[in-house]
Amino acid sequence: MAAIETINLAKTYAVGFWRKKPRTALLPLNLTIETGEIFGFLGPNGAGKTTTLKLLTGIVFPTSGTARILGKDVDDPVVKAQIGFLPEQPYFYDHLTARELLQYYGQLSGMPAKDLSSRVEKMLGRVGLADAAHTQLRKFSKGMLQRVGLAQAILHDPRLVFLDEPMSGLDPIGRREVRELIQQLKQEGKTVFFSTHILSDAEALCDRVGVIHQGQLRGVGAVADLTSQVHGKVEMIFTAGSVPAGLTSLGAEARVSGNMVSVVLPEENQEAALEVLRRERLRLTSLTPVRTSLEEYYMQNLQPAGKSMGVGA
Amino acid sequence: MKSSRLSLVASVMLLLSLVGTVATLRTLDGLRRDATLKEVLYIHSPKALKRMSLGYSGLVADLYWTRAVQYFGSRHIAQASDFHLLSPLLEITTALDPKLTVAYQFGSNFLAPAPPNGAGEPDKAVSLVEHGIQNNPDNWKLYYALGFIYYMDLKDYRKAGEAFQRGADVPKAHPFLRLLAAQMAQHAGEYRMSRMLWTATYETTTQEQIRRNAVDHLRALRVDEDVTQLEKLVATYRERTGRLPLTFGDLVRAGLIGGVPADPTGQPYKLMPDGRIEVRYPDTLLYITKGTPAGYMPPRPKADPADSGKK
Amino acid sequence: MNSRIAHVAFNTFREAVRDRVLYNLIAFAVLLSGAAILVGQISIDIERLVVVNLGLTAVTLFGVVIAIFIGIGLVSKEIEKRTLYTVLSRPVRRWEFVVGKFLGLTGTLLVNTFFMGVAVFLALWYVAHHLERGDLSITAALYFIVLQFLIVCALALLFSSFSSPLLSAVFTFALFVIGSLSEDLRGFAAATKGIAGAVASIVAYLVPNFSAMNVVNQVAHGETVAGQLILYNTLYALLYSTMAISGAVLIFQRRNLK
Repeated sequence: MAAIETINLAKTYAVGFWRKKPRTALLPLNLTIETGEIFGFLGPNGAGKTTTLKLLTGIVFPTSGTARILGKDVDDPVVKAQIGFLPEQPYFYDHLTARELLQYYGQLSGMPAKDLSSRVEKMLGRVGLADAAHTQLRKFSKGMLQRVGLAQAILHDPRLVFLDEPMSGLDPIGRREVRELIQQLKQEGKTVFFSTHILSDAEALCDRVGVIHQGQLRGVGAVADLTSQVHGKVEMIFTAGSVPAGLTSLGAEARVSGNMVSVVLPEENQEAALEVLRRERLRLTSLTPVRTSLEEYYMQNLQPAGKSMGVGA
Repeated sequence: MKSSRLSLVASVMLLLSLVGTVATLRTLDGLRRDATLKEVLYIHSPKALKRMSLGYSGLVADLYWTRAVQYFGSRHIAQASDFHLLSPLLEITTALDPKLTVAYQFGSNFLAPAPPNGAGEPDKAVSLVEHGIQNNPDNWKLYYALGFIYYMDLKDYRKAGEAFQRGADVPKAHPFLRLLAAQMAQHAGEYRMSRMLWTATYETTTQEQIRRNAVDHLRALRVDEDVTQLEKLVATYRERTGRLPLTFGDLVRAGLIGGVPADPTGQPYKLMPDGRIEVRYPDTLLYITKGTPAGYMPPRPKADPADSGKK
Repeated sequence: MNSRIAHVAFNTFREAVRDRVLYNLIAFAVLLSGAAILVGQISIDIERLVVVNLGLTAVTLFGVVIAIFIGIGLVSKEIEKRTLYTVLSRPVRRWEFVVGKFLGLTGTLLVNTFFMGVAVFLALWYVAHHLERGDLSITAALYFIVLQFLIVCALALLFSSFSSPLLSAVFTFALFVIGSLSEDLRGFAAATKGIAGAVASIVAYLVPNFSAMNVVNQVAHGETVAGQLILYNTLYALLYSTMAISGAVLIFQRRNLK
């Protein structure tokens, strides 16, 4: 049974008070996420990432199509007990302390009272808020609110976790901590679905990614597959003031930066190029195969519809 | 689906509670008949009320005016015998808005006459209108209203004449004020005076109840005159022929009338065997003093069951 | 199910209290004490009248304002600030949320009114130096005021389930004013003929009947409140609130949150 399954899930908003001009936020989406995977939903702002998340967490209702979580309808309270959601730029009850908020949310999630307190403390510790547990949320910084948001999303030990831009507002240390947390969640067997527009995070964390643009899913693929395609090129970096003449005839593209030169050329010419360097007595710093970056895949899929390359999962 | 079942339940609850709300509301209204009106008795000081209105005294005056009209109207229809709240209602209205002319007119028409046509408090009516005159010395309509009370209900023709005279002196006063003042001395108590007054009343206001009342009175005057006139013609016929006419046709053939005469409601009069003229449906004509059968009593004023009889 | 509603209600109450709503009690106490002292000095023979009239009117007005601002702030603000996202993604059902909010809100007002009532009695005791039997009916008047709050809260929630905070506040307050004159409105509608009369009647019956719950004047004069009136007003308030809350639930049930 898939963790998440959408069948032609679509959402159109009627904008405007009198003349209802429809705005399509999401074109029919067909997506399947397996249990235990970390799925990254990539796209620029306004692409439909947040809309999809809201549809999957029951905050917004689809115009057409269905979404199933663990085989059940999204609105089913049994399902709600199994999901956790961290919205973008979260905001909570100002006058509660972090501890009180988590207590309240735990109660709403139906957690038994005797386990609740200890679990709350544990979560606070896990997101690094143990010291601020008794401080009212209105005094929290953006980064602290983000941590509280994470805590409430995993408080009740849900099987699926939805995160909308989980890294936003965090400093580099915070981001690393969140990355570690997400990896821990995967080890615990949870499914993580998160949206982001920061590709390096997606590349580091995700099993699979999907690219969405202008409400349409442009491509889905396993990160390993997408970045393992070798172009058949190698990159050589060496110390020199300029590009040696012999390399250009080998089909090399070169970039000079200070006394470092970076040259990309077809793999078959690798030995010939190394010869050139030896002859010129130039010192080789590195030689690496060139991989497709996720960025390239992403940019390709942002092309107008029709030119995208969707790779089946 | 769970959601649609909930919507169904909520819709049903909404409908049921809506019905229940309306039903309970009707019961509450029944329990609290005249409650808003009785509030009037708690207001010892209209001045304080005016201050509490925080500048919206005109609006509050309108509220009390509306209550006064409905109070009187509903009781009048029910032919009640007690209108003791009318005076406080009008006093408060005019205290809050001393320029509300129609309130004074209403008082002069309905505070003074005896029940069931009014509250039976002519003195209160006089002081109400005098209060109006104090606050609006250039409003000729108020002098007219005052004179009207003196003439119609207090039968004090001298004071009536004085009031009309005062009013006639106000700039832009309607010319009939001077006429009324002048005629008062000689023709007080006559039909023509009454007719002039009721016609003037009808023309000086647009308030529905006052106008209807004036029309009723004018009709009554018409009937009284008709009956007097017709009975005179019957007497004339008797003198000529030595006997009473059997039908109106006899009078027509005698050249005394043109056709069968009808009352202002369009009903033909009845020629009784003893020569008297009677109205066909006396209950439909208010205020008539002639043309009713012997021993006829106008419908009695009903006591309103919600009345506690307290003043 | 019940415990979730209770949790929402309690949290609503806690949020309101911490938002310093109860500080209004201080303003109220100051106002009432000032008036009581002033009246006591002047000795105008109607001290009780003034204190009861002023006190109960102030309780009503303060309470209505609080009910509207908290009530609307509760739901509309939560929707705007997206606090609701993390709540609604949990197993709490939307209708439980609405009902819980309603209970929390009315609970807050109940507590508020209780303290205000105590203040009124204290002020009365101060100016009159003793309490009479007739003063018990002040409790009835306070009870009716609480019933009014019940309806106002329900209306505030109804409007904020679909309207912006500002409009919701305006509508609710407008209905409060109109509802206080509803008996006059029905009299007026009954006297009007034709379509205008029919429309006026419909409006007059739908508008909340606050005028029957306003016994301030009566009570100030020491009169008792009829048991039947208490019964039917209670029934009316419960039914009307149910109506408004059912509407709120229906609307909120299918509302897409931005």
